[in-house]
Amino acid sequence: MKSKDTWGYLWQVMKGNRMRYLGSIISMVISAVLSLLPPLVIAITVDSIIGDKPITASPAVVSIIEKLGGKSVLAQNLWICGLALVILNMLHSYFQYARGKLSAQASEAIAKNIRDDLFYHLQYWPYDEHVKTETGDLVQRCTSDVETVRRFLSMQLVEVGRALVLLTASLILMFSLNVKLTWVSMTAVPFIFLFAAIFFSKIREAFREADEAEGRLTTVLQENLTGIRVVRAFGRQAYEVEKFDEKNREYTNLWYRLSWILALYWSTSDLLVMAQMGAVLVVGVYWAAIGELSLGTLLAFMSYEGMLLWPVRQLGRILTDMGRTQVSLSRIKEIIDKPLEDMNEDGLTPPMDRDIEFKNVYFEYEKGRPVLKDVSFKVKAGQTVAILGGTGSGKSSLVHLLQGLYDYQKGSITIGGVELRDINKKWLRRHVGIVLQEPFLFSKTIKENIALARKDATEEEIYKAAEIAALHDVIQEFEDGYDTVVGERGVTLSGGQKQRVAIARTIILNSSILIFDDSLSAVDTETDNAIRAALNEVSKDVTTFIISHRITTIAQADLILVMEDGRIVQSGTHEELLAQEGMYKRIWSIQSALEEEMEKSLA
Amino acid sequence: MSALKEQEYTKSVDLGLWKNLFQYIKPYKKKVIALIIVMIGSGGIDVIFPLMTKYAIDNFIVTGILKGLWGFAATYGGLVVLQAINVYFLVKIASEIELDLSYDIRKAGFKRLQELSFSYYDKTPVGWLMSRMTSDVERLGATIAWSLVDLTWGATAMVGGLAAMLYMNWRLALITLVVVPILAVISVYFQKKILHSYRIVRRTNSKITGAFNEGIMGAMTTKTLVREEESLKEFKTLTNEMYSSSVKAAIFSSIYLPIVITLGSVGTALALWFGGKAVLAQTIGFGTLSAFITYATQFFQPISDLARIIAEFQNAQASAERVMAMINTEPDIKDTPEVIEKYGTEFEPKRENWEEIKGDISFKNVCFYYKEGEEVLEDFNLEVKRGESIALVGETGSGKSTIVNLLCRFYEPVKGQILIDGVDYRERSQLWLQSNIGYVLQTPHLFSGTVKENIRYGRLDATDEEIIEAAKMVNAHDFIMRMEHGYDTEVGEGGNRLSTGEKQLISFARAIIADPKILVLDEATSSIDTETEQIIQDAIGKLLKGRTSFIIAHRLSTIRSADRILVIKDGRMVEQGSHRELMKQRGYYYRLYTNQFREEQEISAINA
Repeated sequence: MKSKDTWGYLWQVMKGNRMRYLGSIISMVISAVLSLLPPLVIAITVDSIIGDKPITASPAVVSIIEKLGGKSVLAQNLWICGLALVILNMLHSYFQYARGKLSAQASEAIAKNIRDDLFYHLQYWPYDEHVKTETGDLVQRCTSDVETVRRFLSMQLVEVGRALVLLTASLILMFSLNVKLTWVSMTAVPFIFLFAAIFFSKIREAFREADEAEGRLTTVLQENLTGIRVVRAFGRQAYEVEKFDEKNREYTNLWYRLSWILALYWSTSDLLVMAQMGAVLVVGVYWAAIGELSLGTLLAFMSYEGMLLWPVRQLGRILTDMGRTQVSLSRIKEIIDKPLEDMNEDGLTPPMDRDIEFKNVYFEYEKGRPVLKDVSFKVKAGQTVAILGGTGSGKSSLVHLLQGLYDYQKGSITIGGVELRDINKKWLRRHVGIVLQEPFLFSKTIKENIALARKDATEEEIYKAAEIAALHDVIQEFEDGYDTVVGERGVTLSGGQKQRVAIARTIILNSSILIFDDSLSAVDTETDNAIRAALNEVSKDVTTFIISHRITTIAQADLILVMEDGRIVQSGTHEELLAQEGMYKRIWSIQSALEEEMEKSLA
Repeated sequence: MSALKEQEYTKSVDLGLWKNLFQYIKPYKKKVIALIIVMIGSGGIDVIFPLMTKYAIDNFIVTGILKGLWGFAATYGGLVVLQAINVYFLVKIASEIELDLSYDIRKAGFKRLQELSFSYYDKTPVGWLMSRMTSDVERLGATIAWSLVDLTWGATAMVGGLAAMLYMNWRLALITLVVVPILAVISVYFQKKILHSYRIVRRTNSKITGAFNEGIMGAMTTKTLVREEESLKEFKTLTNEMYSSSVKAAIFSSIYLPIVITLGSVGTALALWFGGKAVLAQTIGFGTLSAFITYATQFFQPISDLARIIAEFQNAQASAERVMAMINTEPDIKDTPEVIEKYGTEFEPKRENWEEIKGDISFKNVCFYYKEGEEVLEDFNLEVKRGESIALVGETGSGKSTIVNLLCRFYEPVKGQILIDGVDYRERSQLWLQSNIGYVLQTPHLFSGTVKENIRYGRLDATDEEIIEAAKMVNAHDFIMRMEHGYDTEVGEGGNRLSTGEKQLISFARAIIADPKILVLDEATSSIDTETEQIIQDAIGKLLKGRTSFIIAHRLSTIRSADRILVIKDGRMVEQGSHRELMKQRGYYYRLYTNQFREEQEISAINA
């Protein structure tokens, strides 16, 4: 059932390229058939034109020879036979080329489709799917598994066809030439086939072991290089060399064993193939000597024998590779089969610069473990909301709901009276800008990173956004300014600088609602103040949510929400909260205590 | 970075490089000779097979006399067995040479990597080194071993075939081989083109891998910025590029073989034409004709093989250049011959000559820069008495880490001296110093293996009891025992199965079991939950006890408990003293304090 599924998927992605494959297989058949003709030309020429045997070929061939002027003319103009040989080979070559080209086009197009498909699905996966899955494993599926499938499609699929066609065609021709000798020619075929199939399925285990040993060797190397400071700090160079040597030895020894097995395989299968050729030669010579077989037929037989045996030897190997391809296909399919996020394309697109209301909102990631419990509050458009709370208090989840990254289970969230769930998600996210706690920058230039979601942004807008994010001056210091490439291949930015780029790329969107998910804490207090002051100036009407642990930042908000264990335990303005007993007052007093203590230490 | 730009291949043959490589082949001289003998044997037999056919035709078929057919069959069978044996040894010996070479080069590379200074690591990305040590080494080994095979085989087949044809009928041989020079030129041209186009494919492929990586890691960013369509569009330009470059490469290689076959068939046709005429004129026999035809059909194989080898060699030369450049890099920091004489090397230390360390440290007029003209440290002076604990405070990039790196001799002062127990540390070996310094990193690095093995890394001869004792001292014992296999729990690659706090505690245990006289601690900045935080703070206290210590400190409590606080700004020590003294000064420290350290207090209050 499962195997049917995966091959079914392959058939599906082959859509649009099936004709190319058909063309490739047809070209291959033609080329294979054509490849059988040159030996015939040689045989007839040697036997009947140079020699004096009667022509035993089909009437069509005979009539061609007659048209060309018959045996004697050809014997005087042997170049015609040579030319025929070359022309047939050219035709054969052309179809071989067509086969290669078509199958390359088809397999590369399919690989492209699979890659695009994978990327599309990964982009539209729901948020929490990404949280759950390991990046390394996904990348592996998208790269090496796709490569395995591509290789199968580009080489082996047509190869299977070729082997089968060659096998049938050469058998038919051989039977038509001489039945008895054909039987002799085939004695070793089942053995070679079985030997190859059994061998490659057996050796898979050895390959896996060697792969694993290679993995261990790479791990030791990788860990040594990334931990080189630890190695030096403990003076463990000699120990490391020994450790590496052990893995190096282990890996080399496994491959040693593997190469002996391979040597045995190649030599044994060569032995079988050559012995078979020898048998045909000896028996053929015997029959030719007693006159049961012509010399030309024998020569043709020798050629066909080669065509028969090599594909058989390959076939066993291809069959085992098919198993690997199937595994890769199913791994790819696991990604494709995951349901995509519902973007609610037909949803509402209401104005977003309106009041926001949470009413008895409950939210849980896992059933039975709510992270938000009965959350209710109201925000007027243009206000600033600050959220204070410890790790795991639910403050991040709360703002993630506003971007529609998760769906709440109970209660209601409305923006201007419209239920959030009913809003088109693209619309929602375009109007709710969020700066994540751990921002990711792409390896593009700083300019491109800022204009990431707004390709149409002018230089002025980019500079402006950078200025608000207190980034402009920093960028000026880089050698390439705004064209500095960020990330692996370029300049490494500090945590605070990255965060500021992320702020700039969100600011440039001019969203109606702006969320800072603890994203200002990576920059120092002064910069934090500067950024917020600049923001206040340009975006008075923007409703802003700030998660922070900086009490001075929080104190300035219009509404302060104090969260504990998924609930809002306190809400109000700074003054209101100071008048109550609770976490807010406690933290504020720690701050005062600090001032006092500082005074003391100064005294 | 520019120095690391991938140099894909060079055009000319670099003899010095191959000479350098030759020393790696030298130990396997016997195997190489054996391989060449096997190859010549195998190539020779390949040449004999058509002659056998010729013999059979001329002696049995044409004459119709079957006497000696059994002997012929036996000889043929013998040759087949002999050839199979050749193939066996050929594959075996060539693989062995390949594996031996790779093993040796990897070993030499790894050893060199253990000697290279941090200045090298600073400018060389780990990924770059990884691919030198893996794919480049493998390609080098494979090319040397297998091109030797192909080269010998191709040469034997060509020389043998040529000799056989010339021997049978030199005139016919020359006619048949007219196409060979054309074939050779075309082959070399195409093989180069093919290799080049596949290189482009590989490059595009690694771009796609990068794009997948970013697409997955940045998925949340993409989502929150509603950029899905845009990134898909960008990705599709890459896959389109991949499609066209792969198809181009595939077309190149699928044009090549047909051309070779066609040209090869011209040779066969010439043999048929002129050979046939000769048979009719009765100057040669049928057997000779058939042998000629066989040789002609087989001749293009070695030519295309040789062309491929030439192209592959160029590729391998690029790999060789990169690997050899790495192995031949001299470390910036080296012990002098006198020091090595007395104290031994990294790999063979003479511990019996090592002095006991006491832990007095002094920096005398130390200057340092990574890049000339950009001083990181200027005229830095510092006296630290044994047992004293020093907290280094300052902004990122102020030079705190440089001081520590210099102390550990990961770098050496450009000017000035660093004395340990009154002696310039360059007068003793690096290993002596580093064996006596414990260094605990901000982001703890563990090796895959068990918890026990990781702690034992601090002192290789530590007993299980000592390991447990060390873990207990740094409060790691409890959480270790809570794990399923206790001390035998696998920590995973880089320790990724443990939390940051847990990794930190294990790295403390590893440092404490080494019992160093001098300890360097780079404190973590990221906040962990309060409970772990307290455990770690307590562990740090125990770790520092009785040692000369340098702490790159971020936490107020750590800073306060230090004997002396050094405030570093722009490579200079601007203030020093105790917390109280520094606060009174109302200087730079005071500002740092009010801006940064206070926040920490708030965070822990929120999470309390």
